[in-house]
Amino acid sequence: MTSTPGSASRMDAAMTQSPEGAVDGPTTLRRFSRAERWTHRILAIIMGLLLVTAAFLFFPELSSIAGNRLLLRNIHVIAGFALPVPLIVAAFFVAFRRDADRLNRFTRDDWTWLRSRDRRSGRIPVGKFNAGQKLNAAFTLGAIILMFLTGIIMYGWLGETWRTGATFVHDWLSLIIAIMVGGHMWMAYSDSIARLGMRTGSVPTSWARREHGQWADEETAVSTSGATDVSER
Amino acid sequence: MMSHYRMTETSTDTTSKGTPLGRRLVLGMVGLGVVGIGVGRQLSEGLSNTVASVAPGLASVIPATGGFRIYTVTNGYPEMSKADYRLTVTGLVDRELTLTFDDIAALPQTGITADFQCVTGWRVNDVPWSGVLLSDLLREAGVKDTARALRFLSFDGVYTESLTLEQAMQPDVLVATSMWGKPITREHGGPVRLYVVPMYGYKSLKWLSGIELGATVVPGYWEQLGYDVDAWVGESNGRSDDPIT
Repeated sequence: MTSTPGSASRMDAAMTQSPEGAVDGPTTLRRFSRAERWTHRILAIIMGLLLVTAAFLFFPELSSIAGNRLLLRNIHVIAGFALPVPLIVAAFFVAFRRDADRLNRFTRDDWTWLRSRDRRSGRIPVGKFNAGQKLNAAFTLGAIILMFLTGIIMYGWLGETWRTGATFVHDWLSLIIAIMVGGHMWMAYSDSIARLGMRTGSVPTSWARREHGQWADEETAVSTSGATDVSER
Repeated sequence: MMSHYRMTETSTDTTSKGTPLGRRLVLGMVGLGVVGIGVGRQLSEGLSNTVASVAPGLASVIPATGGFRIYTVTNGYPEMSKADYRLTVTGLVDRELTLTFDDIAALPQTGITADFQCVTGWRVNDVPWSGVLLSDLLREAGVKDTARALRFLSFDGVYTESLTLEQAMQPDVLVATSMWGKPITREHGGPVRLYVVPMYGYKSLKWLSGIELGATVVPGYWEQLGYDVDAWVGESNGRSDDPIT
């Protein structure tokens, strides 16, 4: 864990005294490592390439504009084969694995959060990722695996028997992926701090307290106790 | 504000506890997808038939519901007006022909309603086509005894196809000028294309501009890329599709 320089040893006291939103301690929190940000960036580029070429391959109106189907198909296939690569590389980084584990685990609070009407209010403090983000992550990974599998069948490596069925899954899932990616981008569009976090790796602590209260508490607690740990050793 | 004690407690809660639901969701999704691959063929056929009977226009928009996928082997689609259109019949024939669109329309017309099956798996059921039977056209030109094969040329300049003379003389090979009761559109290979009913779609050359009769079969564009020359639906290219109906 990183210990933020200058995090006050009197933090506990400061935190209990300060009114909400004006807590002392680190003004920014580290949210994503460099490896995670690059993974996200590369994955986004490949996914974008896949969705755009897919649209041109699928919709006759777009096909007629683009022409050269073989070239589009080749770009789509190469991008498809490239898609899992950033994820596999990322698995070698601790920060990525730790966040993957966070995304994997659903707590009782997550269910309460999902069911609540005021989930954006911050009343139910969420961890580093909220339940929606966790669901999206699970969907995305499942979708990548399925698209890769059906894509390989369509490419012809596993024979012709399952090609029609694979095409069926590939087509429908691509539509759902397009909707999910659209939703993901919409959420990012409406929260500039979230985008800042993915761009620079850090977010203001105030934002973290509002959107990911439990995580903010963890991080600030860790930096305090972390500092203590260091002095004790 | 939470006490420090409370914070530590919640932090252990989130990191060490919680069910690994994410993994289950991923596995469940993959399982569902695999089932989908298994039943997808029947499902997509059922869907195509339903969509085709309810709203044929939707077929091209809804995934896997029986829409055509538009293929072209060049950049963009070649364009040709009916007025400029010419079809040549050359090679081992008694009379070499150059036909206008109206010349073709003046020949005896035949309608065929049948499925269109692509070698990549998609199928469009019961498409009504009309035009001139290739055999009727060949009779106009008169085929020489030495002729054994036909080579088809597209005005896109790249796409070529082939048939044996025997295949070409069957009453299910059409030089098509209309599809779904309308002139064939540019993306579907208009104004004139080939429709070889019992074979995979790539044999039905689009943007037909030339027919050459020769002594041997010259493999066409897709055949040079590895697809079968005799492309019978269900009996070639390693596929087991139902026969065309």
